[in-house]
Amino acid sequence: MCRPVKAARSEAESPAAIPPRTAPAPRERCFHCATPCPPDAPEQDGRRFCCRGCLAVYQVLTNNGLGHFYDLGQGAGVRVKEEPASGGRWDYLDDPGVRDRLLDFREGNLARVTLHVPAMHCVACVWLLENLFRLREGIGSSEVNFPRREVSILFDLAKVPLSGVVALLDSLGYPPVLRLDAVEGRRARPSFKRLYLQLGVAGFAFGNTMLFSFPAYLGLEPTAAAGLSRFFGWLSMALAVPVVLFSAADYWKAAWQAVRRRVLTIDFPIALGLAALFGRSAWEVMAGAGPGYFDSLTGLVFFLLCGRLFQQKSYERLSFDRDYRAFFPMAVTRRRGDGEETVPVSRVKVGDRLIIRHRELLPADARLVRGRGLLDYSFVTGESAPVEKRAGDLLYAGGRQMGTAVEVEVLRPVAQSYLASLWSREEVARPRSGGWAGITDRVSRWFTVTVVGVALAAAAWWAGRGQWGVGLWAFTAVLIVACPCALALAAPFAHGAAQRRLGLAGVFLRSADVVEALARVDMVVFDKTGTLTAPGQEETVWEGDELTVAERRAVAALAGQSAHPLARAMVRAVGRIERRIEVAAFHEEPGFGLSGEVDGHRWCLGSAAWLRRNGVPAPVGGVADQAEVWCAVNGRLLGRWRFRGRLRPESAPVLRAWRQAGMRLALLSGDQARERDRFAPLFGPDAEMLFEQTPAAKLEQVRRWREEGRVVMMVGDGLNDAGALRASDVGVAVTAGPGEFSPASDVILEGGRLDRLPAAWRLARSTTRLVRASIGVSLVYNAVGISLAAQGLLAPWICAVLMPLSSVSVIALAVGGVRWAAARLGLPTAHAISPETSTLEAVAV
Amino acid sequence: MSALYFLIPVSLLVAVVFLGWFIWAVRSGQYEDTSTPALRMLADEEAEPGAAPRVTDPTPKQEKRE
Repeated sequence: MCRPVKAARSEAESPAAIPPRTAPAPRERCFHCATPCPPDAPEQDGRRFCCRGCLAVYQVLTNNGLGHFYDLGQGAGVRVKEEPASGGRWDYLDDPGVRDRLLDFREGNLARVTLHVPAMHCVACVWLLENLFRLREGIGSSEVNFPRREVSILFDLAKVPLSGVVALLDSLGYPPVLRLDAVEGRRARPSFKRLYLQLGVAGFAFGNTMLFSFPAYLGLEPTAAAGLSRFFGWLSMALAVPVVLFSAADYWKAAWQAVRRRVLTIDFPIALGLAALFGRSAWEVMAGAGPGYFDSLTGLVFFLLCGRLFQQKSYERLSFDRDYRAFFPMAVTRRRGDGEETVPVSRVKVGDRLIIRHRELLPADARLVRGRGLLDYSFVTGESAPVEKRAGDLLYAGGRQMGTAVEVEVLRPVAQSYLASLWSREEVARPRSGGWAGITDRVSRWFTVTVVGVALAAAAWWAGRGQWGVGLWAFTAVLIVACPCALALAAPFAHGAAQRRLGLAGVFLRSADVVEALARVDMVVFDKTGTLTAPGQEETVWEGDELTVAERRAVAALAGQSAHPLARAMVRAVGRIERRIEVAAFHEEPGFGLSGEVDGHRWCLGSAAWLRRNGVPAPVGGVADQAEVWCAVNGRLLGRWRFRGRLRPESAPVLRAWRQAGMRLALLSGDQARERDRFAPLFGPDAEMLFEQTPAAKLEQVRRWREEGRVVMMVGDGLNDAGALRASDVGVAVTAGPGEFSPASDVILEGGRLDRLPAAWRLARSTTRLVRASIGVSLVYNAVGISLAAQGLLAPWICAVLMPLSSVSVIALAVGGVRWAAARLGLPTAHAISPETSTLEAVAV
Repeated sequence: MSALYFLIPVSLLVAVVFLGWFIWAVRSGQYEDTSTPALRMLADEEAEPGAAPRVTDPTPKQEKRE
C-alpha cells in the first residue's frame, strides 16, 4: 500500500517540522563535570554523576585526599568521554627513541616532560595537575603554565614510565595532545629572557642617567660645581657602556647585515644615531666639554626595546605555525606477524601493513588490503560525505576511517604523501613575513640617505669655512637630532596596540605587522563549509506525517548504527537514543542508505533510489539543492528529511557590511553547486562564486587573483583550505577557540566571530593612517631640528630634551590614537569569553 | 657638596644590587609565565590526606554546556 507523500507540496505551504522535544524536567547535574545526568546515573556519597567515567575520577580524587578539587570549582571536572583505552595504547612512549625526544631532560632516572593539555581550563585543573604526586608513586613535582596549557612533570623513570604518566593524565580527563611535530623536534618556544635582560639593563641605565642629567635639564651652570658635573658625566658614560654593548647588540648586528646585503632597513639609521650619540657624548665627557647625551642614548635604547617586546609578545596560547604534522597522530598500529604493535608514525616504512580503526587518521598514502574503507576526507577536500573504498583502492593520507577497522599497505613514506606535497608547495612553504616591505622600511630608506647627506653637507660647508670644530659638531648634531625613533617606534607601538585590541575582540593576529597587510586588503574570499555555515549544525525539515515517539526511537536506533554524517544528522534531528534498542539485520549500503529491523518492523532509510531498490515506491527526481533522506517502514513510505547547512548568524550581516564598504567578495567551496542560489543574494552580483574546488584549485585561484593585483584576504576553517590561506595576503582561520588547531594563518577568529572582521579591517586602516601621521609629525620635528643643527645653533639642552620627548610623544600618539579608534569602532575593552570558548576541549568532528 | 662624591656611588651600588637580583630573577625563569601564579594563589590550601570535599550541596551551581 502506498501512502501519498505530502512532500509534493510547494514551498509556499510550510512543511511540518519535527515536533520539538519537550523540555525534560530539570535533571541533576553531575557532581564532577556538571553535565546533566541521565535517569539511571550512578550515585555515591549522596552525589550523582553523569557516567561511570566521572564517578571513577571522583573516587580517585577523594580516596587520595584531593577532594579539595571540588571546593575550587564545582563541576570543574572534565568529562572522560571515551572508554579508557585498552592497555598498551601508550606503550610506544616507552620506546627510547620516542621517549627521549619528548623528555625535556633526563639524569639517571630523574626525568622531566612537558605535555600540552588543552583540557585544563580553570583553577581547579591547575591545582589538580600540580598535585599529581599524590596519585602515583614516582611522580614528583609538576608545574602548570596555564596560558600555554602545559604541565611540566618531574618523575622517576624507575618507578613510573612515561606511558604511566600519560595514562594517569588521560584517566583523570586531561589527555595530553601528542602530535608528530613534538617528536620531530620543532619545539619553537620563544623565550624572552634575553630581551628582558636587555630591557632591564637599559631601563636601569636610563633612569639613573636621567637623574644625573637633572642639572643639565634645569640649565644650571656647571661652573658652580664643575668637578661634580664632570663626575656625573663619567658615571653616565659608565652606565651607558653596558647598554651600548649588550642592550643595543641586536641593532649593531642588524645594521651590519643590512650593510652587507645592501638593504637599508630601519636598523641602519638607528645604529648610526646610537653610534653618533655615544661617540659625541664620550668625546664631550673625556674632553670635559659637557655632560654628553647619555640619557637620550639610554632612553632611546630603552624605548626601542619596549617596542620590540610589545611587538614580539604574541599570544602564547596560540600556535600559528603548524603544518600537517600537527594533525597527525604520533603512533599507529602496525601488523607484525600475527599480532599488532603500536609504533611511532616516523617508523612506518613502505610496505608495512597498518591497521586503521574507527575515527583514526591514515598517516600515509596506502592501498586498502582488507576491510571496508569509508574515509572521511573533510580535512583534505572539505567534502563531508565519506568516500567508499574497496580492497585494492588507493587511499590518500589524511583520510579518517569511519566504521570498522581496515588493514592497509603503505605505498609512500609519510612525508611524501599527497597531503604533505600540498603543504610544501612553493606558496605554502614561503615564509609569511617579508612578503613586502613595510612602511617603516620604505621610509627609513630615503630617510637615512637624506640625513647622512645633510650631515655630510653641513660638515663640508663648515669645513669649507675653515671651522672644523663647528663642522664636526654640526655633523654629529644632525645625526643625533634626526631621530629615527619615531620611525622605529610609531609602527611597532601602533601595530602592537592594534593587535592587542583586536585580541580582546577575539581576533588574534600572528604578529603586529599583519595589521599593515590587513589595511591594504581590497578583496575578501570566503570558504563555505565550516566558515559561512556552522559546522555540525543543520536545518532539518521533515516532510510527511508526524512520527510517533516509537517511530522516532526506531529511526534513531537505526541511524545510530552508521557513521555517515547524514545519519548522525538524523540522530540529532530525531532525538537522542534514551534506551538501548536492538536493531536486527542491519545493513548499510554506502552512498545509498540503511535498512534494519526494529521491534519486528522493517525500516528503510536513505536516498529515493535506495528505497525503490527495497521495494518502496519513492518518487523520482528530488530537489537538487539539499541533502535528503527518505524513510519507510514495512514497505510504506513515511516521508523525508531535508538537511541544509545552517548559516552562522553573523554570515549574512557580515557580507552585507563588506558590500557596503565596497569590498570585492568571492566564494570558494569544495561542495557541489547545490547552494549557489542560496548564497548569490548574500554575495551580490559582482562576486565570483566557484564550487567543487579542490584545495589545490583554491590555492591557484587565490594566486590568480593576487596576480591581478588584488590584495586578498581569505577566510576559511583552516583545514582543507590551508594552502589557499597561506597563499593569500591575509589568511583568516575560523575556529571555535584559541586552543584549537589551526595551520599557518595570519589571523585566528575565535568562536567564529565573523562579524568582527569588518571592524578589524577598519581598525587596521585607522592604524595605518595613524602611523603615517606619527611619521609625518616626527619628520617635522626632524626638519626643524636638522636645520638648527646644521647651522650649529642647537644648544645642548635642546638636544637633550628633544629626543626623549619625541620618543614619548610618538608612543603616546600611536597608542592613544589606536585606543580611540578602537573605541570608536565599538571594539571591546576587556576579553569577553563567548560561551563557545568557555571550555577549551578540542572539538570533536 | 663633596659628600656627594661618596654618597652617589654608594646609592648606585645599592641600585646595582637590585639590578643583579632582577637579572637573577629573569635567568631563573621567573618571567616565563606571569599569569599562572595568579591562578595558583586562588588555590593555596593544602590537600588533607583522606579529606572529603567540604561542599555539601550536591548540585553544582555552575552552568555547563552539554
